[in-house]
Amino acid sequence: MYDVQKIRKDFPILSRKVYDKPLVYLDNAATTQKPRQVIQALVDYYEGYNANVHRGVHALSQEATERYEEARGKVARFIGAESPDEIIWTRNASESLNLVAYTWAQENIREGDEIVVTPYEHHSNLVPWQKVARDKGASLRILPMREEDNSLDMERVDEFITPRTKLLAVVHMSNGIGIINPVEELARRARAVGATVLIDATQSAPHLPVDVQGLDCDFLTLSGHKMLGPTGIGALYGRREILERMEPFLRGGEMVLEVWYDRATWNDLPMKFEAGTPNIADAIGFGAAIDYLEAVGMENVRDHEIALTAHALEAFKELEEEIDVFGPRDPERRGAIISFHSDIVHPHDLGTFLDRDGIAVRTGHHCTMPLMRELGVIATARASCYLYNTEEEIDALVDSVKRALRYFSDGAG
Amino acid sequence: MNDLRDLYAEVVMDHNRRPRNFKRIEGADREAEGFNPLCGDQISLYLNLDDGGAISDIGYVAAGCAISKAAASMMSEAVKGRSSADARKVIDGFRLLLTRKAGDDFDYEILGDLEILEGVSSYPTRIKCATLPIHTLASALSEKKNGAVSTE
Ligand SMILES: Cc1ncc(COP(=O)(O)O)c(C=O)c1O
Repeated sequence: MYDVQKIRKDFPILSRKVYDKPLVYLDNAATTQKPRQVIQALVDYYEGYNANVHRGVHALSQEATERYEEARGKVARFIGAESPDEIIWTRNASESLNLVAYTWAQENIREGDEIVVTPYEHHSNLVPWQKVARDKGASLRILPMREEDNSLDMERVDEFITPRTKLLAVVHMSNGIGIINPVEELARRARAVGATVLIDATQSAPHLPVDVQGLDCDFLTLSGHKMLGPTGIGALYGRREILERMEPFLRGGEMVLEVWYDRATWNDLPMKFEAGTPNIADAIGFGAAIDYLEAVGMENVRDHEIALTAHALEAFKELEEEIDVFGPRDPERRGAIISFHSDIVHPHDLGTFLDRDGIAVRTGHHCTMPLMRELGVIATARASCYLYNTEEEIDALVDSVKRALRYFSDGAG
Repeated sequence: MNDLRDLYAEVVMDHNRRPRNFKRIEGADREAEGFNPLCGDQISLYLNLDDGGAISDIGYVAAGCAISKAAASMMSEAVKGRSSADARKVIDGFRLLLTRKAGDDFDYEILGDLEILEGVSSYPTRIKCATLPIHTLASALSEKKNGAVSTE
């Protein structure tokens, strides 16, 4: 049995109040809250074995190195990588994406090549490719979206994924509207034309089982803070053969084997891509977050969120006249992200209204401005759930939205 | 009652619902665009100036939240027909008002309905919504013929 109340007890912040009302935290697509176990892992490191890694012969350094590398192994296992060497620590998903853009793409994208993305991309999986395309004389192709349910038009994929495609860089779960893209199918089509496949799993890996072998991708990105871990730590998965052929990203200490005045040789994977003292504490915290998620079970997390999504979509149906909810109606085809818009109240005003009820949602373009343009809105209000959210919280959201609609339509308050 | 009334005062809601001077002016003497990337608020502002530099007409087309739209409407009333020196007083005064730096001797009279937006100062995340039209006006009045501002 999934015991959401028991899970909630692990998250100290969930018992706080906002403006004297219980906090209803529905901004998990932006960042998630942290369980005690993760916070404790940070404290344990700083209080018990703080030392630099890979450098000292002393006990503390050895202990720190072990725990830090153990965390890397946890990430590798979590996404089904063959080896921890295929996991490179970064600051966040944005850095993971830039790493690929500044190394692999600079070396491999040529004039006339095409980079295929979707309309749902977070700016972090779009803007770096714009630069690559400009630098190299390559072009960006945007897969088409169907108007009915804002999903990809899979029937037209062959027009876009062609022998000219060099890179397919696609988001798995959209942070903007929650849709889950058929990435296995897209990856299969891209492979068939010899393209390299990058999957932005920043939003999906926290919420459903993700397996790099099943997805058959070359690169995949993660951000620790979106999956119960600390901020400032992310990861890039790269298939070993590709990582080995790539040039380093940042240069300096730790990433070298031997250094002369005029040249240097590179360290082995994964250190080749990790210059300087890494974010040791937060990597260990990220590992603790993965332990937590695995203890709950990703299948269970997914089931819980499907149930929440179904409940939310049902509740919003009552407001059909006033509110548009974006994305497919089938909870299996989306994450627990409800992105909506109303002509009666601007998302920003709605966000302030909900905030005063203790409900935290995100309003704006969610770093997906091109997607907002496709949807014909400037911004949306977005409620995004996680494993600790409850149906009662969804009800509180819908109730508050209803009152906001009334408040802004007649101004009676 | 809801303390949201500090933010959404009746006057604010009224300007939001019935924005004054909401119009595009074709071939305006000055034009400026304002954009708040955080929430996507957008405003296009148009000014006609008479020979002395006074604002003989003002119009704008705005998409955004209630606060930014009301601020644009109130601002248009406050500066219409004013000399450019007075318009600058409105700009400076409104900025001071929202940062609570206006001294006791400050003449709020000149702000007209804009003064009501003082309540926004208790909502730090919304200050940029309120100041977007004013920044855009400042840009339109500055030397450049066509300006663009962003509140980020
Ligand atoms: C789908 C997706 N990709 C990338 C990112 C960027 O993550 P970060 O800000 O941690 O670099 C986000 C964050 O919102 C996201 O949702």
